Amino acid sequence: MYNILKQIVTTGIKTEPPPVADEALRATGERLRADILEYFGGALTIRHVDAGSCNGCELEINALNNPYYNLEGLGIKFVASPRHADMLLVTGPVSRNMEVALQRTYDATPEPKLVVALGDCGCTGGIFGESYASRGRVSNVIPVDVAVPGCPPTPFAIMQGILTAISAKKT
Amino acid sequence: MTLEKFNLQFARVRGAARVFRADVNAIEWITACRQVNERGGRLVALWGSERAPGFAVHAALADADGLLVLILPVPQDRPSYPGIEGIFPVAGRMQRAAYDMLGIEAQGDDDRRPWLRHAAWPSDKFPLRDDFDRACIYEPGTDDYPFVSVAGDGVHEIPVGPVHAGTIEPGHFRFSIIGERVLRLEERLGYKHKGIEKRFAGMSLDEGARLAARVSGDSTVAYGWAYAMAAESACGAMPPPRAAWLRALLLERERIANHLGDLGFIGNDAGLAFGLAQFSLLKEDMLRLNAELFGHRYLMDAIVPGGVARDIAQSGMERVRVEADQLTETVALLKNIYDEHPGLQDRFIACGRVTPELAARLGLVGLAGRASAQALDLREQFPVEPYDQLDVQMATHRNGDVAARVTVRFEEVFESLRLIRQILELIPLGQTRAALPATAAGAFALGIIEGWRGEVLVALETGANGAIARCHAHDPSWQNWPVIEHAVIDNIVPDFPLINKSFNLSYSGQDL
Repeated sequence: MYNILKQIVTTGIKTEPPPVADEALRATGERLRADILEYFGGALTIRHVDAGSCNGCELEINALNNPYYNLEGLGIKFVASPRHADMLLVTGPVSRNMEVALQRTYDATPEPKLVVALGDCGCTGGIFGESYASRGRVSNVIPVDVAVPGCPPTPFAIMQGILTAISAKKT
Repeated sequence: MTLEKFNLQFARVRGAARVFRADVNAIEWITACRQVNERGGRLVALWGSERAPGFAVHAALADADGLLVLILPVPQDRPSYPGIEGIFPVAGRMQRAAYDMLGIEAQGDDDRRPWLRHAAWPSDKFPLRDDFDRACIYEPGTDDYPFVSVAGDGVHEIPVGPVHAGTIEPGHFRFSIIGERVLRLEERLGYKHKGIEKRFAGMSLDEGARLAARVSGDSTVAYGWAYAMAAESACGAMPPPRAAWLRALLLERERIANHLGDLGFIGNDAGLAFGLAQFSLLKEDMLRLNAELFGHRYLMDAIVPGGVARDIAQSGMERVRVEADQLTETVALLKNIYDEHPGLQDRFIACGRVTPELAARLGLVGLAGRASAQALDLREQFPVEPYDQLDVQMATHRNGDVAARVTVRFEEVFESLRLIRQILELIPLGQTRAALPATAAGAFALGIIEGWRGEVLVALETGANGAIARCHAHDPSWQNWPVIEHAVIDNIVPDFPLINKSFNLSYSGQDL
């Protein structure tokens, strides 16, 4: 126990400021807090759905919860069920074998809901494109509010995408 | 050479990997598989391809002498071949996938259920056949996969997935349980099948590299290297020595980053959130240095056919050295905390156990295999440059439980850090990328490398114009997924996430 406490103290607080105001995105950590309070009662909940990615985007989604990005510190949390979610974070080109599961997950998410498509594949189908096995971009299957490009997008870009989705819904 | 024991005409496939190929008939096919099995060898991969007017089935077998590729013609009018699941149980799912993709059937093996085909295309259409209409999108059919059901007093089923509760890839797990105890687990995968192999067909060798790097994102360096090795073999080229050393630097960085991430998640799944916070910090630091030095956090597209995309400056090497020293110190400290944490060890020890005998029978590979006494590591057994000059020390354990898989990860982190220091000392100067000569038409080539999870294989065939006619990428997850079904028997359901994470297999790499 002593070693654990010592390591925690030695490590200190690593959390970095959330994405700063971006003219194009018009969202900061501070405004995000207000937005979340306004729309989602102080906590935005996200259900992640991998609809066919290479798993690169999943690595970066997981990174969002490391102490540097500390997404949960902003009141944004990943949940285990779409029924608890305000937002779906969808990765991958939508494989045809995942199409029904994605549609059902979307249907199971209560209104009002947001969808953020992640990565080049989620935005355009990426290198996998559309084929007998792939429906391509996420918006070919469910409505998408914000699409974040990148292969994979950095945790910072994903955070900005999430913030953008929240502020975009406002107007 | 002991290859003579096989009584077959083996030809050396040119390239960095030690690969031999032989065209065989059905009897030789079975005989050679039996012989390899009796000599302690194993099946690495099985795949089919079209060879107009018929087909061919390929088996890559690991033997003491190297990798042996058997190629058996499969006639068009009766597309079947002798199944080898009875010799190598791991062949089962690969044979089912070969049927889904090409319509070639393994005789004698009972399980004929589709594997990669769910309902996206009809059962009489085979995507990897040349006459498959690429533009055609079929109406979804009904998907009623017949799971094996367990009957008896008090037996319940728990269906899980394909969408899971955490940030992980999709797949379906069907548990049959009594109380909390798992009687049986049946996996169903293939949800991420996105037509990668069909996509490869017709690409140039350079275009294919980008796709290969995205078969399984967490192993992008391993796939990049295996693919580049195959592409170079197809052209008869070798990367410049400095490029080979840089590839090893990238591969070891990928290994460390993944192991650090897993060590954090495994600790977290056993209730120690401190572990996740600490290890995810270390991993993030590495990823940031990757981005600075190599232009990508996960090193995607850093390896290209002919070499590497980017050289590293002296100042960058110094930063890698400093990072290695710091990591060695911090990881040792964290290992100490893990080792001495009674709550953690209570969850780890004897959980999800795979005995060495079971591991050998089922063909468990990679780090999970080494945790069950399977002393297999291509870096040590068939080292390509620069591993032939690095004296890799393989980490093996006998217990085969979560604790052993954690220990192997720790040991491999330390070993990779040692290798990185050696690489920084010994790396030669010179070019980092060579132009590839024109691709030979009708070439058969193969690349294989020990990724962090296990051995990653890429087999390439070029067409008349030198473009890719067939590219098969094989992930070690094919071997290890079926073993998880055994590892969870008699464990309690709440331990499944921990057991699963201790293997951390790829869905994308197996679903293709």
